[in-house]
Amino acid sequence: MKRFSVTAAALALVMGATPAMAATQVQWWHAFTGRLGELLAEQIETFNESQDDYEIVGSHKGNYSETLNAGIAAFRAGEQPHMLMVFEVGTATMMAAKGAIVPMHELMSDTDTEFNPEAYMPAVKGYYTTTDGKMLSLPYNASTPVLYVNKDALKEAGLDPEMNLATWEKVAVALEALKKSGHECPLTTAWQSWVHLENLSAWHDIPFATKDNGFAGTDTELAFNGPVQVAHIQAMADWAKDGKFIYAGRRNEGGARFRAGECAFFTESSAGYAGVKKEAEFDFAIRNLPYWGAALKSGPQNTIIGGASIWVMAGHEAEEYKGAAAFLNFLSTPKIQAKWHQDTGYLPITTAASGLTEAQGFYEKNPGTEIAGGQMTGKAPTGNSKGLRLGSFDQIRGIIDEELEGIWAGDNTAQEGLDNAVRRGNQLLRRFEKSTK
Amino acid sequence: MHLDNTMSQRVTFNNKFLPYLLLAPQMLVTLVFFFWPAYQAARSSLYLPDPFGLSEQYVGLENFTFLLEDAYYRASFITTAVFSALVAAISMGAALWLAIMADRIIKGSGIYRTLLIWPYAVAPAIAGVLWLFMFNPSIGVAPYYLKALGYNWNHVLNPGEAMGLVVAASAWKQVSYNFLFFLAGLQAIPKSVIEAAAIDGAGFWRRFWTIVFPLLSPTTFFLLVVNVVYAFFETFGVIHTITAGGPQQATTILVYKVFADGFVGQDLGSSAAQSVILLFVVGILTIVQFRFIERKVHY
Repeated sequence: MKRFSVTAAALALVMGATPAMAATQVQWWHAFTGRLGELLAEQIETFNESQDDYEIVGSHKGNYSETLNAGIAAFRAGEQPHMLMVFEVGTATMMAAKGAIVPMHELMSDTDTEFNPEAYMPAVKGYYTTTDGKMLSLPYNASTPVLYVNKDALKEAGLDPEMNLATWEKVAVALEALKKSGHECPLTTAWQSWVHLENLSAWHDIPFATKDNGFAGTDTELAFNGPVQVAHIQAMADWAKDGKFIYAGRRNEGGARFRAGECAFFTESSAGYAGVKKEAEFDFAIRNLPYWGAALKSGPQNTIIGGASIWVMAGHEAEEYKGAAAFLNFLSTPKIQAKWHQDTGYLPITTAASGLTEAQGFYEKNPGTEIAGGQMTGKAPTGNSKGLRLGSFDQIRGIIDEELEGIWAGDNTAQEGLDNAVRRGNQLLRRFEKSTK
Repeated sequence: MHLDNTMSQRVTFNNKFLPYLLLAPQMLVTLVFFFWPAYQAARSSLYLPDPFGLSEQYVGLENFTFLLEDAYYRASFITTAVFSALVAAISMGAALWLAIMADRIIKGSGIYRTLLIWPYAVAPAIAGVLWLFMFNPSIGVAPYYLKALGYNWNHVLNPGEAMGLVVAASAWKQVSYNFLFFLAGLQAIPKSVIEAAAIDGAGFWRRFWTIVFPLLSPTTFFLLVVNVVYAFFETFGVIHTITAGGPQQATTILVYKVFADGFVGQDLGSSAAQSVILLFVVGILTIVQFRFIERKVHY
């Protein structure tokens, strides 16, 4: 039976591909599997059926790190795809590889493709834009951290589930009440560096690194050991000591515990919405990421994104670039974007897609899904909240994870741990600066 | 003895080049698959390349000084030593015990042996995931029962537990291989020697320590070398899936750092320098094993 279905699939593939042989093939390597992979394949199919000139061929190359690696290794061997999905952490690496990429604005003008940079949400495209406003890659999936609340847990602890949770001070009061009522996991998090240092810094409009977080040059130095970050991490460390903050792991391990109803608060990507909605057997709500009221009299700035963008790689034929440009243009259309945003929980990358989603009544029917967008667009991004552009950033995040683990375990104070992380990370930044000279 | 019969007629080759020609394929394989990559690694360790290979700079020994000045990297040597010693000791100890037990079984020994060999077919990353599921602090079976006993298991923050877990997973995977060799070794020991000792009144443990264990020593030594190499080079799949080197750097062994810096961090210069250092470490270790430990082996 299995063999039969494989044969049938192969046959279908061959027969289906035959009429399209005349079309120019354009390769796209990506990192999505499961539901996201299906939705991505659907986009490709829609594009391929919408015209006869080009055929996009998607290939899954593993997780984000593995996909970037596959792209780099392929480039070294002269076999690179036309388009490569690269997570936000790899942005500086791609930018520095001048001979290996075709910046998006160049691609669009070279191929005479319709392209309006103003259509994209400033807070989303900012991450992938040069300081003089040129878009380098197309944001594909973008999300931002929000606070997930288990309302049932709050009720059980005698708290008002609709209580104000805008600031960490107010969250701290709730944590205290939860702990007193015997709750075993008042707060947990996913992606600790991204949420509690990178976004904390942007949200409070303070630098994560000098030189506009690396946007203005590779001679940037890490700066996340400032007073606000230290105070926040120390507060988390104290909560960890009291059993109010439960550290579950470096990635999104905390998600399983929140979805199972074990944890009351959970800081995680807005893209976690679909999973929570599907699995949670309790009443939940999405709130803005909290900020420190004492540190911010005038309210928070904006949060930054995580996710991936599509980079176009150098070394291909003009006709193939036309296909890539047409596809990137297609992905930016309001209809495709609105569908992607609603299906996945990722942010809409254009203002038109956000408007369309609102007009379709999606936000009304799914309360909480509008929070992330609002958090990104509340204020115009500053040099501290446009994003991060740091070389060797995957490794630097690893260092931050290690040092935070030392802090949660009580081996180091927040100041000691963050000072260590800054010192170790700066060494890697200097190596990166040197390697790209 | 076997050779004497067949080689009774001495064959001589007059062609001076024939021996070289016959050796050539082996030499070629060695050159292409060993010396060439080793040379590449040694060369890369002196350069700082960008990930895409668009440019590189000669930096002399900077990659090495950068590593050796890093306290975490120096600590990684200790971590590697502890990890390898534990993996070798536990996997060999368990395998020896199982082999002795299986050797005594008369009925159904085939089934026991087959079952004991199974884990060897499990890929390292799968073994890692398997153990990770069992010991996952929030959904694992083991932490659930440990909690009932009053012990709070949390290997994501506790370095000792993290090390214990990667050691257990790595050792478990290697037990089958060791078992196979120990069992073969046991079966090669002449029964008459053991029976003679038994008639003289030697108990099971006395027979084991004075006869069986010394006669097994060639097998034990071979396995020691193999297991240390395994712990050094083949366990990073297990570590990658279970702890990714954490918490902090409690389970970052040397090879895992080579992998993480090179394939995740794209820092090929540092990764190459680490490979060169590792080459020396393994070289020294091999000399130590053959010089000092092999002397105690009875062939």
